[in-house]
Amino acid sequence: MRRDRSLLLMVVPAILLLLVFNYVPLFGVVTAFQEYDPIVGVWHSDWVGLEQFQRLFADSLFWESLKNTLYLSFVQLILFFPIPIALALLLNSLLSQRLRNFVQSVVYLPHFFSWVLAIALFQQMLGGAGVLNQFLRSHDLGTWDVMTDPHAFALLITSQTIWKEAGWGIIVFLAALATINTDLYEAAAVDGAGRWRRLRHITLPGLRGVIMLMLVLRLGNALTVGFEQFLIQRDAVGHDAADVLDTFSFYYGIATGNYSYGAAAGLFKSVISLLLIWGANKLAHTFGEDGLYRQ
Amino acid sequence: MTDTFTIEGLEHRASAAEAAVRVPRRTARPRWEEPPTVVGQAAKGLTLGGFLLIIVVPLWIVVVTSLSTQAAVNRAGGMVLWPDGLTFEAYREMLTESTVRTALLVSLGITVVGTALSMAVSVLCAYGLSRSRSLGHRFLLVLLVVTMFVNGGLIPTFLVVTGLGGYDQWWALILPGAVSAFNILILRNFYMQTSADLIEAARIDGAGDWRILWSIVLPTSRAVTAVTALFYGVGYWNSFFNVMLYMPTDSEKWPLQYVLFTYVDRGNGMPGSINSGFGTAHAQTAPLALQMAVVVLTLVPLLLVYPFMQKHFRTGVLTGAIKG
Repeated sequence: MRRDRSLLLMVVPAILLLLVFNYVPLFGVVTAFQEYDPIVGVWHSDWVGLEQFQRLFADSLFWESLKNTLYLSFVQLILFFPIPIALALLLNSLLSQRLRNFVQSVVYLPHFFSWVLAIALFQQMLGGAGVLNQFLRSHDLGTWDVMTDPHAFALLITSQTIWKEAGWGIIVFLAALATINTDLYEAAAVDGAGRWRRLRHITLPGLRGVIMLMLVLRLGNALTVGFEQFLIQRDAVGHDAADVLDTFSFYYGIATGNYSYGAAAGLFKSVISLLLIWGANKLAHTFGEDGLYRQ
Repeated sequence: MTDTFTIEGLEHRASAAEAAVRVPRRTARPRWEEPPTVVGQAAKGLTLGGFLLIIVVPLWIVVVTSLSTQAAVNRAGGMVLWPDGLTFEAYREMLTESTVRTALLVSLGITVVGTALSMAVSVLCAYGLSRSRSLGHRFLLVLLVVTMFVNGGLIPTFLVVTGLGGYDQWWALILPGAVSAFNILILRNFYMQTSADLIEAARIDGAGDWRILWSIVLPTSRAVTAVTALFYGVGYWNSFFNVMLYMPTDSEKWPLQYVLFTYVDRGNGMPGSINSGFGTAHAQTAPLALQMAVVVLTLVPLLLVYPFMQKHFRTGVLTGAIKG
């Protein structure tokens, strides 16, 4: 018991911080059912029931944000998801340990950049005054400011995500590749299976579990497509293309002082996201995989 | 059919991944493998090489431009791809610039204080939860893990922080995100692997838990401590949105990322000090080389720390990566 007293004492600061900044806000979702007034606070604000949600579902900007979110999520799933797997396979096939380490340290690096920095770099490459347009101008090819073109926005966002996170994404796949028993490859090769058949019948089945896990996470997070990335670029491309659910809460909740309205949008997103995670896990279990948690 | 979420499941997954990377790598092509084809090798080299170039070339261009004279920028019509008369003028100007200098100090301050606080709280919590069968540790663990999956969302958090008087306060940039349940789980995972014999021996010698943590557990888990500190540190250094939330107006208090956002991403004019030589307050966009020097400045601390951390990634980071 005396031993436990100091152990408990050690846990106190972390738990206190979590209580104040994670658990209290959890109960703060009640503001979604109020007309929150910052002057009287959450205890004395008027209760309005589902009024905020009725307003939300009648708001075309909200549906626009939801549509953008799902569209961008879909584009990212198709274009981003396979890249870390392919990179991991390529990297794994390199024989030189030194080369492998070098490639890893370079491709992990952008993960540690802030979005502000990453977007500044993209702007200097693809923006109106960037390298691309310098080149186009000097060859009289007109100009194309990729950063402000709403039609290119989905591709721009996805290429930024690939640039920043695809390298980091390979870690899980490298770990899974390392667990595959190399004897299998030798046995298959002796039996006459070539490179591609070994990939198809040994490597990919070996990666199945982790691919399913990442897929479940991606589907579960379908309503989260990135936040700062959109916040930073919204003014440049306009809200038609760049408003997503997360930024909706910010722009139509906090920025305009409609706290309850924004909280309702946030709560809607959280509830749907939990359902998605649960559903994606069910799907994984149906395929006989663990997913995020076990059955 | 019921879904039960178990912490053991999560941890099992993490330690399996860790064990995986300790498998020795083959370093030579085994006899049974067919020799590589020229086309295959070329395609591999082009793909990987291309990906590396896409990452490195923008950094190179930004650094070169930041070191260029105004004449070189004019000749290039903007960004400078290849060194053409190098000068440190932009950096000199940047550091005499009170906005950037203040922002650098603010960023360093938040990063150092925040990381120290986060690490102290997390290390204590991780150790406190790492001794099995201690009083209430399962309940506390659940309390911790829940925060990884549900949160109140943007607005309730904002209302709590501002309700506590956090608007325009430094602590609003540090405390709300000071504890990461995930980092604590990573630390705890390592602490649980610390040799039980060693700890038992120390206990018999009369060492208490504080002593055991300080003299045995911490020294034997340096790598994971370093990686966790890096994660926290990078988080603080890169923090941008909470500045927008809690301190959007007082430019004297802005950290570097917010300055970068305002003057480079948005291209607003830099409010120069009078002797800075590029116009008066808000008059015009800062010269390109100066803007790029600010970009480089936000990069430098990362590049300084990165080489020391990189070697630990293979052991410590995988648990973090599983989360995606």
